Order: sequence, then structure tokens, then C-alpha cells
Amino acid sequence: MSTPETPLYGLMVEFTDPTSIVAAARKAYEAGYRNMDGYAPFPIAELGEALGHHTRGRLPRLVFAGGLAGCLAGFGLQYWCSVIDYPLNIGGRPLNSWPSFIPITFEMTILVASLAAVLGMLALNGLPRPYHPVFNVPEFRLASRDHFFLCIEAKDAKFEATATRRFLESLSPGHVYEVES
Amino acid sequence: METEPRPAGAPQNFEPPLVAPGYSFATVTDKIGSIVLGRGAPMGWWIGFGISFALVMGLMLSIAYLLARGVGIWGVNAPVGWGFAIINFVWWIGIGHAGTLISAILLLLRQGWRTSINRFAEAMTLFAVACAGIFPLIHMGRPWLAYWLTPYPNTMGLWPNFRSPLVWDVFAVSTYAIVSALFWFVGLIPDLATLRDRAKNRSARIAYGMLAMGWRGSAAHWHRYEVASLLLAGLATPLVVSVHTVVSFDFTIGIIPGWHATIFPPYFVAGAIYAGFAMVLLIAIPLRAVYGLQDFITLRHLRNMAKVLLATSMIVCYGYLMEAFFAWYSGNPYEQSMILNRMTGPYGWAYWSLLACNLVTPQLLWFGRVRSCVPMLFVISLIVSMGMWLERFVIVVTSLSRDFLPSSWGMYYPTFWDWSTFLGTLGLFVMLLFLFIRFLPMISIFEMRAILPEAEVEGHVHS
Repeated sequence: MSTPETPLYGLMVEFTDPTSIVAAARKAYEAGYRNMDGYAPFPIAELGEALGHHTRGRLPRLVFAGGLAGCLAGFGLQYWCSVIDYPLNIGGRPLNSWPSFIPITFEMTILVASLAAVLGMLALNGLPRPYHPVFNVPEFRLASRDHFFLCIEAKDAKFEATATRRFLESLSPGHVYEVES
Repeated sequence: METEPRPAGAPQNFEPPLVAPGYSFATVTDKIGSIVLGRGAPMGWWIGFGISFALVMGLMLSIAYLLARGVGIWGVNAPVGWGFAIINFVWWIGIGHAGTLISAILLLLRQGWRTSINRFAEAMTLFAVACAGIFPLIHMGRPWLAYWLTPYPNTMGLWPNFRSPLVWDVFAVSTYAIVSALFWFVGLIPDLATLRDRAKNRSARIAYGMLAMGWRGSAAHWHRYEVASLLLAGLATPLVVSVHTVVSFDFTIGIIPGWHATIFPPYFVAGAIYAGFAMVLLIAIPLRAVYGLQDFITLRHLRNMAKVLLATSMIVCYGYLMEAFFAWYSGNPYEQSMILNRMTGPYGWAYWSLLACNLVTPQLLWFGRVRSCVPMLFVISLIVSMGMWLERFVIVVTSLSRDFLPSSWGMYYPTFWDWSTFLGTLGLFVMLLFLFIRFLPMISIFEMRAILPEAEVEGHVHS
């Protein structure tokens, strides 16, 4: 239990099936809550929609930028080495023999785009982050097994400890946990 | 229904379920997780690990002796300078390709059956690439100068020759290794979080916790995670095709008879997938038997893989046919004598054995009863793996041993050290697989949860 000294991160409620948490998230969104998150042991597309994540976000653009950077860097490296820094005339063939530069340009495109996808996903998700307030709830370890949690954060404009608690209790027969920050 | 190849577009309800009935989120998690978190390993694990570890020691010895004495300890010499090292390199890298195919291409094609086999197939990719990577390095003669292949500013003022397929190989294989590792690790993150939350042992909790990086299953995170997985799959798909294409360029860019053919890239890629699926079957069949995973890796999975094996074998055999046709149709006497030499020359036995392994044997898979017979599938996969190794032997050795001038012809005989190095990498591959199944979940737990019937959100209409 939280004492008045420990600030509250939010209130969390537990579900045992995906349908209930999606329904609850939708109700909470309709009730005007925005700073909230659902936690599930596997990706549920409907949960994201219910919480208001409709767009694909910034990641695809980041990956495109990474791919473009890799492509230019890969070709640029070969061009600079073969044409500017170390030109070798082999049988009068062109120095900028671009068709033979394609494989490395392609590989560099894929490499940098993939790095952008993985590092970008982690960075946008704020990972690695070993500590997070939700881990303070002992039952939360079931979120990686078979339980689903919805947490309304205290920083939400509409958050009010007793009213929000009553609202969450109306969503689920399960226990409402106080998440200490 | 089980004995006939199903026509495309047959109703979905014809298919048996991907997971045996009766499993829930919790039981799937516990069943896969307990293999890793359980106390100790079964006796069979120790025996298998011990044997493969001994082979790895043999590999270390072989490499140490090689570094001390040079590549002269192998059978390579003029004219065959590309013996076992290149054969094994191409064979191993090809095996890796099925893992990427399963994890990336089948993900994009929304093939739900990939779920239970993708994790260990990706692990197989990584380990096969690790084995493959050893060979070009130790084949160099002076492996400690391998870094000369990478472009870096140096006091010699030199740059690698970017027009050489050998430099393309460096980029293709290292990109493939890095992207495969990333893809695999990203797939593991949610499962590492599961292991972190379920581990009883403090050091296991810390180790898995560090690797899971604080994953907490947030919906916003899952959303980006799925986007990233799809993008990675989209990037890995052309990558896997490009890698074996570049490997085939090692041959086709040369003018040696039998190598300089446009059929090589597609034929190599198909061969890679073919060999790789055979290896996935070789791993899946004992795994499901030993760890009792028949409910997850069902007969349907094995049958689907058998169908992929049959389809790719047809593509590969089309490649064999076209090689012979090109040689005849080219009107080039060197190409024509190359193919005759392949069939009737001193290595003719290898050519006909390869056809027996890769053309004749897979025809058994037309029969539904064979596809449903697990021991038969195992034996066929073993034969296919040998056949694909022989294919690379035929390509590398027969073309080099007899090129344009009869005065420069010569035979190639592998030595003890060729064999010990090859066996050593087989040991390394198996040892890494043993470590993997002991310390990481061999089936993707979160993806298994997602394909259970209870994962459906009821009554939802997409907005």
C-alpha cells in the first residue's frame, strides 16, 4: 500500500483475457483518459487502436532515412575510393564502374536500415529501461505470461484518485492496484 | 485429404490446427519456459553436448595446425585452389537461408505455421553463418590479415577492390550475420522478459532481465515492435536473396567453364533454401521427439516443410538441366567438354550421386504417406543435405580440375585436415544449438500465445 509520502504513478487493473482489456481500454478512452497504457503478453492490434495509437508512427520514416543513408554511404565510399583517392586504370575501363558497386551499395542499404529499425524501435520505446514503476506491483510479472493490465497514470489531466479507482473497479471484477512511482 | 497435395485456395478449415487443442496462454508459456528454467539438463543433452564439444576441440586443433603450417596441410593446390573450404562455406551459408526464409518471407506471406519453427530456424541461421564465416577466413593463407578486405584508411594508402566479388562477399555475409542476429534478438526480447519474470534463480533473473532490457509488454511498445518486425522482415527478404546471389557471383564472375552462367544466382538461392529446409527438418524432428513438442511442431509443420523441400528440389533440378543445356547450346567446346567431364570424368560419381540425392530422392515427397512419415522425412533430409554438399563439390572441384588447357589439369584429394575441419564445424553448429536450446526458448512463446484461439478479441469491428 502506498503511504502519502510515496507519490502515485497510477492505478492499474487486471484482466485475464484480451477481449476484456480491449473493451476496458475503449471505455477509458471514451471517458477521456489519455495518459494510460495497456500491458499484454502478446501484441493485440485492437488494444493499440482502443488506446488511440492509430498511426504507424515515426519508425518507418526513420528506417527509410537509414536505408537512404546506407545507400549513399555505400556508393559514396566505393566512388571515393575507386575514382578519387585511388584511381586505377585497368584496360581503359571507366573508373566509376557503377554496376559493380551495386552489391555493396545494396548491402549497406539493408544494413543501415535494419540497424535503424532495431535501434529506432528500442529508442522510441525508451528501452533499455530496467526500472519502471509498473514493476512495483508484484502481480505484474504475470503480464509476460497470461494476464493483461490497464494502467491509468496519475499525470493524466482527468486522473483523480478515488474517482479513477471507482471507474476502474467498474471495468473489471479484478483487483485495482496502486502503482508507486 | 492428408495424402494429397492441397490445391491453392482450399478452404482454411481443411487444415488441422497449428497448436494441439487444450493449451492456454499459461500452459504454452510454462511448457516452453520450463525447458530453459528447469533444473539441470537431461542426460541426452549432456551426451550430445559432449560429443559436439569434442568435435569443436577437433576444429580448434585443425585451425591451430593450419595456422602453424599453412594451407598446404589441405588438399588444395594448383589447379584446384578452392577445395573443401569454399565447398563448406557455400554449403553452410546456404543452410542458413531457410531460417531467414521462415522468419521473414513466411511472416510477410502471413503463414501462421511458421510460428513454432521460426525461433530455432533463426538460431540455425546464425550458427550456420558462424560456421560458414570460418572457411573463407582460414582459406586466406594469412587469416590474421583478413581485415585487409575491409575498407579502412591505412598507411599503405590502399583500398580493397570493390569490383571483386570476394569483397562483395565480405559485405554480404557480414551484413547477413548482423541482420540475422538483430532479427533473432528482437524476436527474443518479449520471451526474455517472460523468462525474467518466471525465473526462480536470482542469477538467471538478472541475466534474462538485462537481456530483456526492461520489456514490459506495453501496448505502445508492442505496436512499434510489430512495425519494426515487419520492416525487418521486409529488409531481410531481399537480403537473403542477395547474399546467395553474391555467393554465386564468386563463381559466375569468373570465366572458368561451368561457372560463367546466368542461371547461377536463382539456382543458388533455390539450392540454399532447399538445403536449409532439409536442415530445419533434421533439427525439428529430434527436438520435438526429445522435448515432447509434438503439440507445437505438429505433423502439419513437417508436411509443409516437406512440400517446400519438394518444390525447391524441382527448381534446383531445373538448374542442373539448364547447366547442361547451356553447355550444349553455347556451342563452346570448353563448356561442352566441362559437362561431359562432369558426367563421365573422374568425378562422375559425385555428379550422379548428387542427382540421386537431389533429383530422385525428393520425388518420394509427392506421396502424402511419405510426407506424414517422420522417420522417412528425417532420412530424406539427411540425403538432401549430403546431396547439396555434393552439388557444391561438383561445382567447385570438377570445373577447377579441368579448365581450358589439358596440360594444367589435375586431381583434388581432400586430406585428413580437410575432413577434420569440416567435421569440426558440424560439431560447432550442433554445440551452439545445444547451448541455445538449454538457455533460450527454442519456440517463440509470445507468438505461440498470439495464435491460440483465446487470443482472438471477440466482437471487435476494426474502426
